[in-house]
Amino acid sequence: MAKAYTPGLKVTSLTDHQVDRILPIAGEVKVAEGDHVEADTVVAETFMDGDITPLNVANLLGAQPGDVPSMMLKGEGDPVEKDEVIARNKGIFGMFKNECRSPATGTVQTVSATTGQIMIAGPPIPVQVKAYMPGRVTAVLPAEGVVVENRVALIQGIFGVGGETSGPIRIAVSSHDEELGAAAITEDMSGAIIIGGARVTAAAIERAREVGASAVVSGGIDDSDLKRILGYDLGVAITGSERLGVTVVVTEGFGEIGMARRTFELLSARAGREASVNGATQIRAGVMRPEILIPFVEGDALDGETNQTESGVLELGTPIRVIRDPYFGEIGTVASLPEAPQVLGSGSKSRVLEVTLESGDTVTVPRANVELIET
Amino acid sequence: MPAEVNVILATDCGSTTTKAIMIEQVDGVYRQTWRGEAPTTVEEPFADVTVGVMNALTEIQEVSGRRLIDDDGSIIRPATADQGCDIYISTSSAGGGLQMMVAGVVREMTGASAKRAALGAGAIVMDTIASNDKRRPHEQIQRIRELRPDMVLISGGTDGGDTKKVTEIAELIAPAKPRPRFGKAYELPIIFAGNVKAQPEMNRVFGDDGFDLKITDNLRPSLEQENLGPARDMIHDVFLEHVMAHAPGYDKLMSITDAPIMPTPGAVGDILQTIARGRGINAVGVDIGGATTDVFSVFDGTFNRTVSANLGMSYSISNVCAEATMPTILRWVHIDMDERELRNRVKNKMIRPTTIPQTLDALVFEQAVAREALRLAYKQHKEFATTLKGVQQQRTVGDTFSQQSGGETIVDNMKLDLLVASGGVLSHAPRMHQTAMLLIDAFEPEGITELAKDSIFMMPHLGVLSSVHERAAMEVFERDCLVYLGTCVAAKGVGKPGKNCFSWSLDGGARGSGDLAFGEVELVELGPDETAELEVKPARGFDLGAGSGKVVKRTIRGGTVGVILDARGRSLALPEDRAACREAVSNVIDRIGLYPAGDQAGVVQESGSAN
Repeated sequence: MAKAYTPGLKVTSLTDHQVDRILPIAGEVKVAEGDHVEADTVVAETFMDGDITPLNVANLLGAQPGDVPSMMLKGEGDPVEKDEVIARNKGIFGMFKNECRSPATGTVQTVSATTGQIMIAGPPIPVQVKAYMPGRVTAVLPAEGVVVENRVALIQGIFGVGGETSGPIRIAVSSHDEELGAAAITEDMSGAIIIGGARVTAAAIERAREVGASAVVSGGIDDSDLKRILGYDLGVAITGSERLGVTVVVTEGFGEIGMARRTFELLSARAGREASVNGATQIRAGVMRPEILIPFVEGDALDGETNQTESGVLELGTPIRVIRDPYFGEIGTVASLPEAPQVLGSGSKSRVLEVTLESGDTVTVPRANVELIET
Repeated sequence: MPAEVNVILATDCGSTTTKAIMIEQVDGVYRQTWRGEAPTTVEEPFADVTVGVMNALTEIQEVSGRRLIDDDGSIIRPATADQGCDIYISTSSAGGGLQMMVAGVVREMTGASAKRAALGAGAIVMDTIASNDKRRPHEQIQRIRELRPDMVLISGGTDGGDTKKVTEIAELIAPAKPRPRFGKAYELPIIFAGNVKAQPEMNRVFGDDGFDLKITDNLRPSLEQENLGPARDMIHDVFLEHVMAHAPGYDKLMSITDAPIMPTPGAVGDILQTIARGRGINAVGVDIGGATTDVFSVFDGTFNRTVSANLGMSYSISNVCAEATMPTILRWVHIDMDERELRNRVKNKMIRPTTIPQTLDALVFEQAVAREALRLAYKQHKEFATTLKGVQQQRTVGDTFSQQSGGETIVDNMKLDLLVASGGVLSHAPRMHQTAMLLIDAFEPEGITELAKDSIFMMPHLGVLSSVHERAAMEVFERDCLVYLGTCVAAKGVGKPGKNCFSWSLDGGARGSGDLAFGEVELVELGPDETAELEVKPARGFDLGAGSGKVVKRTIRGGTVGVILDARGRSLALPEDRAACREAVSNVIDRIGLYPAGDQAGVVQESGSAN
């Protein structure tokens, strides 16, 4: 067999990219098909239910739950102010009446005759969905959101934390394999997407947060540094909702690993340009990888490589990255695809491939331990 | 189904790897003939599970020379002399784990019962909401909003008792409108397993759009009774119906199979019950995958299954390390390893789940993690395998406030006759000796226990096949599925290192005999088709099945590994001191021959992903 299937991450200087910008609940779409939008344009808006404050009126008035509806001065749907009297019992012979005041401003949502409990919903909370990526609105899904499309350079990372953000690209290191430390991050990087080379340290991420950077993108990160910035040991790779103050994306993996040269060169060629970054990662059903999107501008250099390989297929000459020790992170090309399984150092028997590394060495690696660098 | 079935294709879509087998009728008998595997394609750019299925079938097509897939990409049916198949069936466990929120009235009572039901069904319990959980109502609502569960289980109240408290809990959950992680089109399933009298109230509270209310029997019908079965079954049903159906391409897969797709654990459970019933034995099966570990047991005819959604060897490997802790995992490692590097390796495995260990030290570490994943999964299983299906468990009022355990476990390692391993890290271990010791170290079987492994992870395929063609399933199971590793003979009890633990002889000494001191292990060869008469005499304080110090005689079965005599005691405890622990583990490795230098081509099992 001259081909083998393997998954890969996309790194491309030009692709047509679509993003779905959908509200969590139905709402209003603020833009029209064909409109040009910027990353921070609000494309759809809705209102989520406000904070709910429960109040057990029956207990407060010493009444039976079934009597509560008749004691309510406000019905379901009525607006109430904080400290406004909303229920009153009949007292004894009209005397000794007890009152119940609203603990919050909002609307009476429900009155339960079973439990004597009422729910007061606070004012609706606005929820806005921004375009995230500059581009053209190519479809409007009424009451739901829009599809934004653009020609972009797309870099998929392997892992990230933190959500969507945008800003200008700033290169903070001089090479793809240079560690990104705190000293490389300066005050003028506020709002920027800071690009490192190899491992990014926890101190660098903390510094990026201090200066108000939007995101940090680098080749690798140490697990202990990730634990330090998150404050806990990540058990399952479902991320994106962290509130770290800065989004972090690693392109290669954990440890001291340099960013793939091509990825670094592509980012360097787009230095100063506005980019959109999302750290959300989900490695389970509905897989999501973090991404960096840089809108294409006429005159942008393309990296000259054309897509010679069928997506997901390994062939002779295919550029690949080794994704497990002992050659973890090394980049190379497929030198041969032996048919017969071979015995590995671990004693396992597995189908393998031979890889010519950037150093010129040729090594044997299980097919399961490489991924395509898609062009 | 065609009148004559000659060729059967079956796939199992795991969360990492899709495995396909071909079964053919050869000389009137069904045999498993070819197999293929490919990465599961739930990930972009494919986001369609059937792409992985076709890749795995293409591999079979290539190695068998039989054309199986048409030019339009569909499976050729029916079979002719050189192409196609008569039946295509599949199981699936793609879809990841199950995340649940549970609620009860009193945290230590119905809240705890609801949590037990959810955990027993294999869920990750994100939080337990209860009237007395020390949070104010608005804090509880805020918490419910932050969570994005796949489903919610509500319990509360004894049957016929007060409905007010449980309705209050429901009234907190409904307006909070927890948003499921599958998006807004997903109707959040709410399972109510509380006071029957409160059912109309639940219909009122959850009557709005956005909820899919399911009502089942009260899991705490009275204070002294816990009845988790119906709630667990309902959770499993909802998991299949809602959660797994969101795995990309699942609908397409359903349209091309000749029988309903079975969840992988369900199919494995069916086959294990068949074995236990047929041989009249107690059996435990384990399937360790990338995201989850499933444990199945049949004791005295009672079947139990647990799914540990957060214990696995790829997606969940980081969680295993967090839960077990690194020092506990490193107990099993006899070579120097740098902890920082290991932590990075674990995370790299998590983000690139399909990789396999290339070097010996990577294998040793991965097998150490597997021991802890299995140990934790079995612990969960023992805690939850407490009731007969459909029969209520009796608890006394006095027990309810201690809540030390979920009642008496019915899992008894001394009564265990057969332990079956499946899943990548067990099935694909380079030496079967490693598989055997992984099972012994993690499960700690006592007395005399047969060890087997699913040869190429075929139990799920055969489980679903038995529902459409039982003869084919049984014939393949008997001839091609189970590989017997041998028998473990382990004494229960604790002694001083070096003191006698038990004496043994095989066939009256003709095949060997000796004494084992506490702390030792020994391997005696006994081939796959051989049996021998075992006589063991435990020292005082040790039990091999007949009681302390009492002789046991039994005919035992050999296997590809042989007879493993284990005098390390039960419960199995490794020395606390790192150097002493390393020496103890090295001793076992040497005596059993787990990682023989220069003998890597020994008993080689073909490798695949650790799914």
